[in-house]
Amino acid sequence: MRSGAWSVRTLSPVLLPRWFCDAGARPARLRGQRSVRFLSTDPPPTALPAHARVVICGGGVVGTSVAYHLARLGWTEIVLLEQGRLGAGTTRFCAGIVSVAKPLSIESKMADYSNALYERLEEETGVKTGFVQTGSLCLAQNQDRFLSLKRLASRLKVLGVSCDVIKPKDVAQLHPLVNIHDLVGALHLPGDSVVSPPDVNHALAVAAAAHGVQIYEHTSVNQVLVKRGHVTAVETDRGSIECEYFVNCAGQWAYELGQSSEVKVSVPLHGCEHFYLLTKPLSEPTRPESPVVIDMDGRIYARAWHGGILSGGFEKNPKPIFTEGRNQLEIQNMQEDWDHFEPMLSALLRRMPGLEACEIQQLVNCPESFTPDMRCLMGETPGIYGYFVLAGMNSSGLSFAGGAGKYLAEWITYGYPSANVWPLDIKRFGNLQSSRTFLRHRVMEVMPLLYELKVPRWDFQTGRQLRTSPLYDRLDTQGARWMEKHGFERAKYFVPAGKDLLALDQSKTFYKPDWFDIVGAEVKCCKEAVCVIDMSSFTKFELTSAGDQALRLLQRLCANDLDVPVGHIVHTGMLNERGGYENDCSVVRLSKNSFFIISPTDQQVHCWSWIKKHMPNDPQLHLEDVSWKYTALNLIGPRAMDVLSELSYVSMTPEHFPSLFCKEMSVGYANGIRVMSMTHTGEPGFMLYIPIEYALHVYNEVMSVGQKYGIRNAGYYALRSLRIEKFFAFWGQDLDSFTTPLECGREFRVKFDKDTDFLGRDALLRQRVEGVTRRFVMLVLEDHDTELDLWPWWGEPIYRSGELVGVTTSSAYSYTLERHVCLGFLSHTNSDGSPAVITPDFINRGDYEVDIAGQKFPAKAKLYPFSSLFAQQKRRKDDMELSNFQSK
Amino acid sequence: MAATSQVFRVIHGWRFGQVLVPAITCQNCSLSPHLCTYATQPHSFVQRWRHQSRGYRTSPPWHTYYLTPPQVNSILKANEYNFKVPEFDGKNLSSIMGFDSNQLPANAPIEDRRSAATCLQTRGMLYGVFDGHAGCACAQALSERLFYYIAISLLSHETLTELENAVESGRPLQPILQWHKHPNDYFSKEASKLYFSSLRTYWQELLDLSVPGEQPDVAEALVSAFKRLDNDISLEAQVGDPNAFLHYWVLRVAFSGATACVAHIDGNELHVANTGDGRAVLGVQEPDGSFSALTLTNDHNAQNESEVQRVKSEHPLSEAKTVVKQDRLLGLLMPFRAFGDVKFKWSIELQRRVLESGPDQLHENEHAKFIPPNYHTPPYLTAAPEVTRHRLRPQDRFLVLGSDGLWETLHRQEVVRIVGEHLTGVHQQQPVSVGGFKVTLGQMQGLLQERKARISSTFEDQNAATHLIRHAVGNNEFGLVDHERLSKMLSLPEELARMYRDDITIIIVQFNPHVIGGQ
Repeated sequence: MRSGAWSVRTLSPVLLPRWFCDAGARPARLRGQRSVRFLSTDPPPTALPAHARVVICGGGVVGTSVAYHLARLGWTEIVLLEQGRLGAGTTRFCAGIVSVAKPLSIESKMADYSNALYERLEEETGVKTGFVQTGSLCLAQNQDRFLSLKRLASRLKVLGVSCDVIKPKDVAQLHPLVNIHDLVGALHLPGDSVVSPPDVNHALAVAAAAHGVQIYEHTSVNQVLVKRGHVTAVETDRGSIECEYFVNCAGQWAYELGQSSEVKVSVPLHGCEHFYLLTKPLSEPTRPESPVVIDMDGRIYARAWHGGILSGGFEKNPKPIFTEGRNQLEIQNMQEDWDHFEPMLSALLRRMPGLEACEIQQLVNCPESFTPDMRCLMGETPGIYGYFVLAGMNSSGLSFAGGAGKYLAEWITYGYPSANVWPLDIKRFGNLQSSRTFLRHRVMEVMPLLYELKVPRWDFQTGRQLRTSPLYDRLDTQGARWMEKHGFERAKYFVPAGKDLLALDQSKTFYKPDWFDIVGAEVKCCKEAVCVIDMSSFTKFELTSAGDQALRLLQRLCANDLDVPVGHIVHTGMLNERGGYENDCSVVRLSKNSFFIISPTDQQVHCWSWIKKHMPNDPQLHLEDVSWKYTALNLIGPRAMDVLSELSYVSMTPEHFPSLFCKEMSVGYANGIRVMSMTHTGEPGFMLYIPIEYALHVYNEVMSVGQKYGIRNAGYYALRSLRIEKFFAFWGQDLDSFTTPLECGREFRVKFDKDTDFLGRDALLRQRVEGVTRRFVMLVLEDHDTELDLWPWWGEPIYRSGELVGVTTSSAYSYTLERHVCLGFLSHTNSDGSPAVITPDFINRGDYEVDIAGQKFPAKAKLYPFSSLFAQQKRRKDDMELSNFQSK
Repeated sequence: MAATSQVFRVIHGWRFGQVLVPAITCQNCSLSPHLCTYATQPHSFVQRWRHQSRGYRTSPPWHTYYLTPPQVNSILKANEYNFKVPEFDGKNLSSIMGFDSNQLPANAPIEDRRSAATCLQTRGMLYGVFDGHAGCACAQALSERLFYYIAISLLSHETLTELENAVESGRPLQPILQWHKHPNDYFSKEASKLYFSSLRTYWQELLDLSVPGEQPDVAEALVSAFKRLDNDISLEAQVGDPNAFLHYWVLRVAFSGATACVAHIDGNELHVANTGDGRAVLGVQEPDGSFSALTLTNDHNAQNESEVQRVKSEHPLSEAKTVVKQDRLLGLLMPFRAFGDVKFKWSIELQRRVLESGPDQLHENEHAKFIPPNYHTPPYLTAAPEVTRHRLRPQDRFLVLGSDGLWETLHRQEVVRIVGEHLTGVHQQQPVSVGGFKVTLGQMQGLLQERKARISSTFEDQNAATHLIRHAVGNNEFGLVDHERLSKMLSLPEELARMYRDDITIIIVQFNPHVIGGQ
């Protein structure tokens, strides 16, 4: 390919923000930059190459970061296309704060990496990036906010990021402008920094070009050509480029670009206007190293900027934009809206009263793109191989760009990044989140949510009631309170008639929530009588074939043996080459050559594409998504068999209907109901898979017959409490693509003894010999006052004898144990820093503590559930499902 | 009146707490005009700010008692009235959607009156604003009687015959008017018989004059009604009444005065008859959505050059210097046309005779006994209205009738903007732009918060007239309602209130552009 020098020449200067032109702060540097001669400012003279391996669309900080990291991983023939000029979109206008204070650990990790990258970039490229390690201050105006900051602090410590919880007067010392009179405390992150985003963009481009990346400006991608499910070429306004991989880093325009490919790609994001203010230098200019101030209660951030202040925020009433789609030009001419900015200006003046006399330089309108769940979109799209996306940064583009670019480059190179990025994986969404109306409504909630206090178990309020069970209205009138998963409404719990509803809606607390007794009663009913939970949201596939292709495919995909008699249910993982869980599912052998696969709700897109990816192109093998065809009712409790036998005139005792068995039978008048003896909780009971037109009938029959057995509705909170006290792990929360069955005590579900090869077998065999270095455990909190102490959620650090050994992944109050139970992973290092093998001995001999917002609670670690405690006379020996996924 | 209105202007430009004393002492000196004309200037940010830095933050607290916003609202809303033309079949077939009216007293008791009524024997609606002086008696009489005179003048010969026959044979009368009255708008019971007999005399004369099958012309009817009522007021005072109370009352009506501004709207025919310095302004919506004002009346005062010429031409040249003096009629009266005010209409002999025969209370009335100086060739005053006809267009959205108390405080363009924005619910605030000016964060915050308050104050008032009064009384230098100022203006003691503002009476008629456009 062309030399690096050529590529550097093709770069145009990063479009310098207009405010740099009149601020004489850094003239020397500007001149230095401009002295490089660039060719492509005007109609580019060079023709596009006819062929490349990777084409990246989008020359913002995200696109250049992907190009840079791909090049560093040794890729050649990388082409980066930008419709305008490099960094002319959101990158040009963004505020330039790199902060690791992010809601998810993986996001903090990406930000931490970005921070380190930007710091060394100047040295690497010689391009000044404006990097100043200023540190940042997250302020708390109330105790709840302070708690959430403390939780963040203990989470960041796990990542090795230094941070301190400080008092208001320390804030005043770090940043004299800040008014501390209404503060409760703050979190100081000394490692955070500020940069000049266009310069970082430029530096990344220069570094990428030095590694051989070819950058073309003023080149728009018209569409992406796809053949047989693979990307084959990119068609631009200046000719087409054949390629193997395409990366959509188009930011605001990623949605439209996705829609314009031959096979439409859903990139669910939507723009919102975002405003920040620039002031002229103060009479006593702000020092460049004064820390960034993030006042989430006031919904604002502020950093020093050329002796003045740069301050913006995330208002309660955002203005969505580009719903119908717009072209690039408009992003340059966004209108300022002072009236809209007024609450943030007031918040700023309240926080820094000294700024009152400070002069305004400009109000910048910088549209940002937001996603339906506040997390960015990363990874390979479900339908098209070789089509990658990295967009929807939710206004943290600069913080994430470095780390996200690295992960995506690894993803393209190795098939998966070096860390678990499932929370960011674009496959968590499907076409159902692609509606513009949905996105417009949802992002109006998401943008303010960035700075809103997030308490355990918060739910989105907009874009709801998209997918519902046919029983929705019935359950709603019975007091159901709803949560949403993958667009599907699921009942959390049922408010009994006569309870104060208003009080219950205010269950937003870090402490004991007010639904505690309601869920307790539901759990008790599951244990003693029978409850019905609508679990229709599960993803349900049917795999059928003419011959034994279906069995062969599943034997290859699943770790457990599926060559079982018809009617049997098999819990199994679908593993990747590393032996990690790509999916955790229950497979029912309906007939010799047809299987019913039940997976978690949010696996709908991911699992589909995983199976499709490994499915041979055989017309006799057929995979169908039947999620919408069935309503699933879970009858949990010792009396479930009595209810069902009364409705079907069939004995449902364990002798006649053993555990983990599926039978098609009639319930009430309805025939053809798939009854399965499993409950996903370890309690006795049945799952009923009912064709939707029978759903209401079966539900009514079950409820009326169940009356005399004390039947009642229950919700997912009861289910969670039940499964966690039984030590059931849940894919997506506890299990991920880096967790192997051996690490979570599920070796018995792996067909080592069978001679069939399956994905991940080699990795597991190796691990069996070497021993596991992390282990899934259950921690029972001791000395924790349910009434008065903070409740665990997830993400709390676990300490063993004072040493950090892991993080919790989920938690619940066990009404049986009357204790909190946390699930989590332990790991340990040898003295030389290499990961140590975890033995049961190691786990049993140790004093454990769980750190909840800085407060450590002693805990007992267990490798196995307390089955003895649950021993009940009535229980059948063989109905123990030793573990399962749940909350799918 | 002149003095007070000038004082008002002083206050309007300046914070009154600051200029209370100087305002009284310098009431005759002219003031720099820009202070009261600010409303017409486009509001650039810098201009606003310059005003602010001078007048806004410097005044020392004058008195610390403030009305709370609900107290302010209860004062402002005490007299508000709203009428919506009823809809048939979900459709409003009238060219009028309804009207909002309100009045805020400065005199105690208030000297302004208002009337609104639907003509039942003919089509159309009547609206009137009457601004009394030297007492409220004349304005009160107009508010009760004038619409009957107009309605009668509009009746065809056939209807008049029917009316007369009904009275003659003692049959119940077909109602002529449907009044739309606020509970505070009272009618005097004692005089109703007298009023009725005068009215009956009028329609009997009309019966003689009119020709069967001919529809009266609205403009002519208005002129004739105005003139006739003023004549009747004068006659009733000369004749007197055996009832002492009524006798005193008719004299009070005749010796006090009132201006009248009356609108008659029938379909898309709008007629405005004006006597005096009340004003009717039409709110016209421009294609760009903004509102402009179209004034339908001429003020009958010294500011109107043709009116000055008219008055002078009616009297010998020797009086040219005295007939209009200090911008007033005979140096006394501000409006050049008015009802009542017989002191400017009767000969000196007639005045003396009537006063002597009148009840004792009148002798104690200094005002009544006083004869204007240079009173040589009466009458000096007339009640004949100037009538304007306007054909309503779809872009004509509303009509504002107001007493001079409103027009002195707000420029008509501002009035139309405030009402237009209130009625359409669109607040065409220019977006703020810093441009290249020096603006501090604190200044910007102040401005933005005021703009926010402006929007919220709009939504506080259901009634457009109330909203307009709020602005008229509470506006600060930037055309924004300043609660502090509003509170001070409304909590003034009775004896001071008149020095800072005049009675304000407003009727806002909203048109139905769909009907008007369809005709």
